[in-house]
Amino acid sequence: MSVSPAESPPPVEVRGLVKRYGDLTAVAGVDITVNTGDVYGYLGPNGAGKTTSLRMMLGLIRPTAGTVRLFGRDPMLSVKALEGVAGFVEAPTFYPYMSGRRNLELLGAFDGHGASARIDEALEIVELSDRARDKVGGYSHGMRQRLGIAAALLRRPNLMLLDEPATGLDPAGMRDMRVLVRRLADQGITVMLSSHLLAEVEELCNKVAIIQAGTIVYEGEIAELKRGGGTSYRLATTDDERALAVCCAQPNIGDVRTDHGRISFTADDAAVAELSQALVEAGALIRVLTPQTMTLEDLFFSLTEGTDGARGERSIAGEHPESAEPAETAR
Amino acid sequence: MNPGVGTVYRWELTKLRYQKRTYLGLGAAAIVPIIFVVAIHFRHNQRGGDFAFASYLTRSGLAVPLVIILFGAVWMFPLITALVAGDIFASEDHNGTLKTIFTRSLERGQIFAGKALAAATYAIAAILLDGTVAVIAGSMQSGFNSLQSLSGTIVSAPKALELVYVSLLVYLIPIGTVVCIGLLLSSITRNSAAAVVGTLMISLLFQLIGILPGLGGTVPYLLSTQFNAWQGLLRTPIDWAPIVRAAWVCAMYGIPSLAAAYLVFLRRDVAGG
Ligand SMILES: Nc1ncnc2c1ncn2[C@@H]1O[C@H](COP(=O)(O)OP(=O)(O)OP(=O)(O)O)[C@@H](O)[C@H]1O
Ligand SMILES: [Mg+2]
Repeated sequence: MSVSPAESPPPVEVRGLVKRYGDLTAVAGVDITVNTGDVYGYLGPNGAGKTTSLRMMLGLIRPTAGTVRLFGRDPMLSVKALEGVAGFVEAPTFYPYMSGRRNLELLGAFDGHGASARIDEALEIVELSDRARDKVGGYSHGMRQRLGIAAALLRRPNLMLLDEPATGLDPAGMRDMRVLVRRLADQGITVMLSSHLLAEVEELCNKVAIIQAGTIVYEGEIAELKRGGGTSYRLATTDDERALAVCCAQPNIGDVRTDHGRISFTADDAAVAELSQALVEAGALIRVLTPQTMTLEDLFFSLTEGTDGARGERSIAGEHPESAEPAETAR
Repeated sequence: MNPGVGTVYRWELTKLRYQKRTYLGLGAAAIVPIIFVVAIHFRHNQRGGDFAFASYLTRSGLAVPLVIILFGAVWMFPLITALVAGDIFASEDHNGTLKTIFTRSLERGQIFAGKALAAATYAIAAILLDGTVAVIAGSMQSGFNSLQSLSGTIVSAPKALELVYVSLLVYLIPIGTVVCIGLLLSSITRNSAAAVVGTLMISLLFQLIGILPGLGGTVPYLLSTQFNAWQGLLRTPIDWAPIVRAAWVCAMYGIPSLAAAYLVFLRRDVAGG
């Protein structure tokens, strides 16, 4: 039997990952698989455990339990597992008393494999060439962030692990970051990035995991996520009471509810067309009829805060985030 | 070229060149002999030699480095050594840069080795610089003359110069142990000031034990005592016993410290920065 690409180990394979700090469980059994070519978004509120899981993936901290495999290799055993892997957690750090270029020279020397030859190119990409001679101690937060990206690019990675890469960047910087990530993805580089910026993740990523109190509450394709929500509609009419009765009586209209004074229901295109006619005939004239596709933001809030932001029948265990932690820390 | 311990070592030396403490330490090592010689000069001119070793110091400049390492053992050289050894891991914590260098292509063990070698190199440079400045300044003040050994025999100037440098090398044995202790505290405390002060305290503690009543029996095995091992070279015939003892006593303190520092560095979580 020949070995198909699917059988080669995925860029990231995390199983049952746990990290405890004393009584506090920062990461409580995380499973993540990032496949080649994915742009994988890692979302979660502050303190959910994103950075902690990324630190374990980079071999910086020892997991309390569970395994990390990068292209099948364990970063805890040897730094060889980081071959072809680059990234950073939290704000990238450098030696403040040396220039940006000197810092990159050091890191390039630590990388080997001709990384030093790529310094100019990397500085060019992050638009830091003209400040490269200045000491990093005098850099702004955003400039350090850019230098962190440059340092990651030196390694010519196949997998990038980025912790909130857009934090601290100005609007142009954020746009450049998105363009860069997209370009890396087009070159076939697998990217995993944590973020709070839902729009960014929605725009860039094909897959997303949402972590809440150390537990993954959702993992899947963004496209599927939006499909899975079904098309739901919101309706307001001149006579909502009558409209509600019409909706309930109408065939092919499901999940009829009222919330915030508006009627919501799920339906397909044809059923909506029939409904509108039925409403007119019943004398409830349509004021508003809007399709609601579930956004990442809806999902995020529904999962991390347990609010009713998400519509449709999707109900995911973990809507009560408080339940995850005490269970884990109990002895 | 693939990176290795040599890469780390070279870059650690480069980083030392950017840091003030390096110049503080090396500057102190260079300036102390000069101040010392100037002091001898004025003392001598005023009232003649009335202080310990005065006759030695005024008869031959080659006595100057030896007297300096004798007194420097109390706290000056341990402090100069600890200044870099105690900082070399802690500064990475201070700058939060461990995560930056640990995610490149070098194993933690290689980074440890490169850093330890750099701290040792700095200590060696400080001692040799101090000795050389002392020889030059001393000779300018008191002349490049023959030296009286501790057994009373006269050693010719070139031979005495050789003995001075061999003494400095023997002196580097306990200094090496101070480096190891500094590395350990740097790795454990992750705080530069705590590691530098801690190293100095440990070395003062050894002297304290030495003068406590009832603990006299421990003296040959104290770190502080090993700083005097070089005096065996100034006897005729040379007394190797204290030097041999210094070698194994210092290894006894130094190797476990270094091993512990290594294990802590290897296994630690990089959760900050
Ligand atoms: N070194 C540490 N010691 C103790 N607790 C820690 C440590 N590092 C992280 N934690 C805890 O682990 C939990 C997860 O932290 P983590 O930094 O992974 O969150 P995050 O998802 O990255 O948050 P943010 O969005 O704010 O960056 C938090 O409750 C945090 O307080
Ligand atoms: Mg974080």
